Amino acid sequence: MSLATLSPLELMFYFSGLLAIVASLKVVTRKNTVHALLYLVMSLLAVAVCFYLMGAPFAAGLEVIVYAGAILVLFVFAIMMFGLSQDETLLEQRSQGKKTLGLSLWFGPSLLAALLLGVLIFAINSADIQQKLTVHVIDAKQVGILLYGPYLLAVEISSFLLLAGLIAAYHFAKNDDYRKPVHQHDQQGDTQ
Amino acid sequence: MSAIPLSNILILASILFIIGFVGVIVRKNALFILMSLEVMLNAVGIAFIGAGSAWQQADGQVMFILILTLAASEVALGLALLIQMQRRIKSLDIDLLNELKG
Repeated sequence: MSLATLSPLELMFYFSGLLAIVASLKVVTRKNTVHALLYLVMSLLAVAVCFYLMGAPFAAGLEVIVYAGAILVLFVFAIMMFGLSQDETLLEQRSQGKKTLGLSLWFGPSLLAALLLGVLIFAINSADIQQKLTVHVIDAKQVGILLYGPYLLAVEISSFLLLAGLIAAYHFAKNDDYRKPVHQHDQQGDTQ
Repeated sequence: MSAIPLSNILILASILFIIGFVGVIVRKNALFILMSLEVMLNAVGIAFIGAGSAWQQADGQVMFILILTLAASEVALGLALLIQMQRRIKSLDIDLLNELKG
């Protein structure tokens, strides 16, 4: 299969898939946590463009909102709590100038993001792609009818799963230092 | 039938899955293991949506939404466990958790 026989839709799909693969490889191989996180955002956005080109705009929106929005913010909060004390970011800042650090941090992900933006703008502008996409798009209405019809039990079970995740995350992440002063106070009371 | 062949979608999904799997196996930092798990779940989502678009059924997107729910609760729980790990052994190195070794 040569490149000329491919339709523009397929070409865009393969290109954004390639971007997703490159960004995922970077996620796995980076040493710096923040760099890896930026590449993970890129990988998720590239996969969202793949979803859009596969005719699932609802899933693409969910991917951007939930994965690249909510879950990645959780990662950022966790990295902030870890304090980057054992990370290479601080060492790098000390050894090099601040300008080079900023460039090395932002250059790769922003290059990939620019390429992805180019793909998306081309896909939206191209009449051929739009005409092909409208033929076999599965919209949110079909998904919703199915979700609250045959899959209603699965929705209920996933709500249990979310509740369990919420309670367990609260329990594990809770700082249990506040118990210690009370405990010491009790001991002091006993000794007195 | 979708405009993109299903076999190529599945190839993309399996490449991403293998990348994430190698990350889970190779990396020592628990945070990177969680990120690689995200990549793996994402690859499964691609496979589901590709299959759904190949058969013109919405079931694939329903399964993707369920995977999304699973990933959200898994990440919240995993990061909370990592916070506990950082608090107790002051490190995210997964090889330090060997107290059960016989």
